[in-house]
Amino acid sequence: MTITGSLENIGEYALLMKRVLTPPDRMREFFREFFKEMYKLGVNSIWIVVIISFFIGAVIVMQIALNVASPLLPRFTVGAVSREIILLEFSSTIMCLILSGKVGSNVATEIGTMRITEQVDALEIMGINSANYLILPKITAFVAFMPVLVIFSMFLGLYGGYVICYLTGTPPVSTYVYGIQAFFRESFVWYSIIKSMIFGFIIASVAAYYGYSVRGGALDVGRASTDSVVINSILILMTDLVFTQLAMG
Amino acid sequence: MIEVKNLIKEFEGRVVLDDISANFQKGAVNMIIGKSGSGKSVFLKCLVGLIRPTSGEIRYGGRNFLAMKNREMKRLRRDMGMLFQGSALFDSKTVLENVMFPLDVFSRKNQRERRKRAEFCLERVNLLDAADLFPSEISGGMMKRVAIARAIALNPKYLFCDEPNSGLDPKTSQMIDELIQDITRDFNMTSLVVSHDMNSVMNIGDYILFLNEGIKEWEGSKEHIMDSDNDKLNDFVFASDLFKKIKEADAIITGNEANEENRKKLIQRMEEEAKDL
Ligand SMILES: Nc1ncnc2c1ncn2[C@@H]1O[C@H](COP(=O)(O)OP(=O)(O)OP(=O)(O)O)[C@@H](O)[C@H]1O
Ligand SMILES: [Mg+2]
Repeated sequence: MTITGSLENIGEYALLMKRVLTPPDRMREFFREFFKEMYKLGVNSIWIVVIISFFIGAVIVMQIALNVASPLLPRFTVGAVSREIILLEFSSTIMCLILSGKVGSNVATEIGTMRITEQVDALEIMGINSANYLILPKITAFVAFMPVLVIFSMFLGLYGGYVICYLTGTPPVSTYVYGIQAFFRESFVWYSIIKSMIFGFIIASVAAYYGYSVRGGALDVGRASTDSVVINSILILMTDLVFTQLAMG
Repeated sequence: MIEVKNLIKEFEGRVVLDDISANFQKGAVNMIIGKSGSGKSVFLKCLVGLIRPTSGEIRYGGRNFLAMKNREMKRLRRDMGMLFQGSALFDSKTVLENVMFPLDVFSRKNQRERRKRAEFCLERVNLLDAADLFPSEISGGMMKRVAIARAIALNPKYLFCDEPNSGLDPKTSQMIDELIQDITRDFNMTSLVVSHDMNSVMNIGDYILFLNEGIKEWEGSKEHIMDSDNDKLNDFVFASDLFKKIKEADAIITGNEANEENRKKLIQRMEEEAKDL
């Protein structure tokens, strides 16, 4: 990827977003698509969020329990530290990296296929702003559903840790439960939710951009889908860095 | 009526359409023919506004298409129906939903009336039985017919078809041709059909525009297509199977000197043969 190439991409992306982010022509159609997308992109992602959060939560607690076994630190530290990791980074950033693979590739493939089979042109012919009609419901539905996914992820991550404490006894369940409540700051939850909504916007819009600009055939759709996942991952990590510096630093 | 004046389209310096002017009449099936790569699809896409021409003028009923403001353009778009080469049905919608889609977006009628209209259009293409199937569950010929139904849902004034019968068997493609001709007559539309199938041309073409490498080589009615002394057109026409046969027959009957009388007979026979295919 050359520098001029990526500058061109950024310009094209901005122009596309200008067409996407306008009020829909027909609210009735918009809401119908909105709820469809919410189901497809959001509800259908719950299971993967649940499974991954549960196991990673369990592993985080195990690792921390093993590695901070120091007489200088109180045992409830395990719970407190695990909670911070899960709330601040895992449930937002790592979860979104995983979702960029699932949701991002789905969005890019769907729109890319519509592009190469002239369905996008068919919309344009009817006088419909195809970018707005196809992409806006996806972005808004995914962003709106993001808090649900994040909260699921937080609870299941902490629950995974709970189950590990229950099974291994290090630290004891009561200490862990005390730990995850100690020095709790509600603002971290909000921070995480807002951050993941921004990631949600990035995932859906960048994937849509890659899908919308496909030219050619099935192979190009595949390439667009892969590209969108790679670029999304990089963008999420960079945004996380900036966000963390701004909010915490 | 659609008027095209001095239309030029270049892609990165390569001229794909070179100074094309033509008039397409109302209530007629206008056909654009030419070899693969001659610029037919690009021409059609310029006319419907999917590609912006480099220069030239396009007028719909006298109104300048390329200078239209957004709102006027939208209104005109509602009068356009297009049949794409690959049908372009929406995969996630059923056949009926596909046909209802333009109505859902544009029509002020209520749900029941919209549904009735969609069913009427489906009936027109003989596909009411397939209303609840998805595009992936029907054949290519059926998809084309659904696409026609969708294109006429809003009762358009202009119908554009890009190779409506490519990839179809002769029987089905004849049926599609006749469907296009019938709806053109019934609704008094201005139809533009891109094709490289001489059977269709002889079957339904009222006016024929022949493109070769982006240049308008010939225009006229199908009755005159055989009389033309344009070499490129003759090459194209006589390369088709249908005409090979007829040319052979012609040579036998007339000893290569076809007079006016024979030509008329020939055309008549040709049309009959095209019907039998
Ligand atoms: N978007 C584009 N960018 C650059 N060149 C293009 C573009 N679209 C078409 N062309 C070129 O324009 C020429 C005409 O293409 P067009 O698709 O109009 O051919 P066609 O007559 O429809 O052929 P076919 O019968 O195979 O469909 C081709 O040489 C093609 O390479
Ligand atoms: Mg073509």
